[in-house]
Amino acid sequence: MSTETVAAKKSEALFSKRRKAIVTDPLDDDNPVTVQVLGICSALAVTSKLEPTLVMSIAVTFVIIFSNLIVSLLRNAIPQRIRIIVQLGIVASLVIIVDQVLKAYLYDVSKVVGVYVGLIITNCIVMGRLEAFAMANKPYDSILDGLGSSFGYAWVILVVAFFRELFGSGTLFDIRVLPEAYVNNGLMTSPVGAFIIIGLIIWVQRARNGYVEEA
Amino acid sequence: MQQSNGYVIGFAVAMTVILGGILSFTAVSLNERQKEEVALDTKKQIMLSVLPEMSESPKSEIAKVYDSRIQVVGIDGQAIDAAVLEKLDISKEWKKLKKNQPAILPIYKFMSKDGSSVESYILPMYGYGLWNDIWGYFALESDMNTVKGVVFSHKGETPGLGARIGDKEVQDRYIGKKIFVNGELKPTFMVKGEGKTGLPDYEVDGLSGATLTAIGLNEMVDRYLNQYKPFLEKGASAVSMAQ
Repeated sequence: MSTETVAAKKSEALFSKRRKAIVTDPLDDDNPVTVQVLGICSALAVTSKLEPTLVMSIAVTFVIIFSNLIVSLLRNAIPQRIRIIVQLGIVASLVIIVDQVLKAYLYDVSKVVGVYVGLIITNCIVMGRLEAFAMANKPYDSILDGLGSSFGYAWVILVVAFFRELFGSGTLFDIRVLPEAYVNNGLMTSPVGAFIIIGLIIWVQRARNGYVEEA
Repeated sequence: MQQSNGYVIGFAVAMTVILGGILSFTAVSLNERQKEEVALDTKKQIMLSVLPEMSESPKSEIAKVYDSRIQVVGIDGQAIDAAVLEKLDISKEWKKLKKNQPAILPIYKFMSKDGSSVESYILPMYGYGLWNDIWGYFALESDMNTVKGVVFSHKGETPGLGARIGDKEVQDRYIGKKIFVNGELKPTFMVKGEGKTGLPDYEVDGLSGATLTAIGLNEMVDRYLNQYKPFLEKGASAVSMAQ
């Protein structure tokens, strides 16, 4: 198990350089989707429209931040031998709460993202952050880490959804933006379109950052 | 650090109890609200089979139209008791049908604005697609033969393939089809393959890549139209006598 323990000085500023890096790294250089290539399945599945994608982003943000916080608070109490099950239990409970709230207050959206909200439990980003960060760091840092990772995930899927909805349906948030004469691109509404756009994002990002996959 | 077995078991038990408690509390406190949403959504689906133009309207407005213009009757043409209607669950009735037990078969009559005549008969349906349950509302014109519109929905068909039965574009293919051919019930079938034109009145262009979902859909339509046959035939003969 590899943990990224970041040595913290005693009285550290609330937004010190180190803490800023925890939040900003996953947005670009260490992005969970484009660099670590995690959470791809949900990035393909929910991104055909912006609205469900936004809801999914919020749901994932909620789950990552709170599971990071809870696991970090309990990190010294959680028995090592069953830590994965404990993490899974916490993540699963949070996901079920999100799912129940969506069903009660955003029923239409929950019909679209319902299956995938359940799959947040198996989203590698969530478990990955718990194992790699929250188990070894203090609660506040863990919240920042969750914030960074979930925003890193959110911006990528929102960009994908933006292009898929624009070219696939000619709309943004279900409001028509392209003229009626525009013929919808069926490729964009199918998951294949998401693959292509994610591929392009990864390409642009890696070309810009000069990131090379380690052999 | 290695904890004792007792600690590990104790931790697991405590976690189970706490998480279980939180989850049950959430489920119970949101239950009422979720039921309301489901009921509203059902009304919306029923209304969309006859008033597709309302798809963008807020649910409360659709529910208002539903309450004022829908009358529910049983297969014998008699109104269904309100208490029975409130508990009515089409999926449970479907399970009874599969076991050849008597089931309640409601018919949603869509009345004209002044309430004097029936504009459309909406038949609820339930079945099984490829992965999970599918259901729908099959609306017939007042001649009880021509399809006015259909709404299908599903729990877990493959997105982009079987899930397309939920798309308006696919559902619109049913509009104008007939369920009786020369006086014989011939439920409208979805054919295999896609892109066919000039199909007869009892066939609908299929879904490429979703043949198994289409088979489930056809079975559902077939089963329910046959169940409703007595009502439809009685109605159809009454209509032809009046003409």
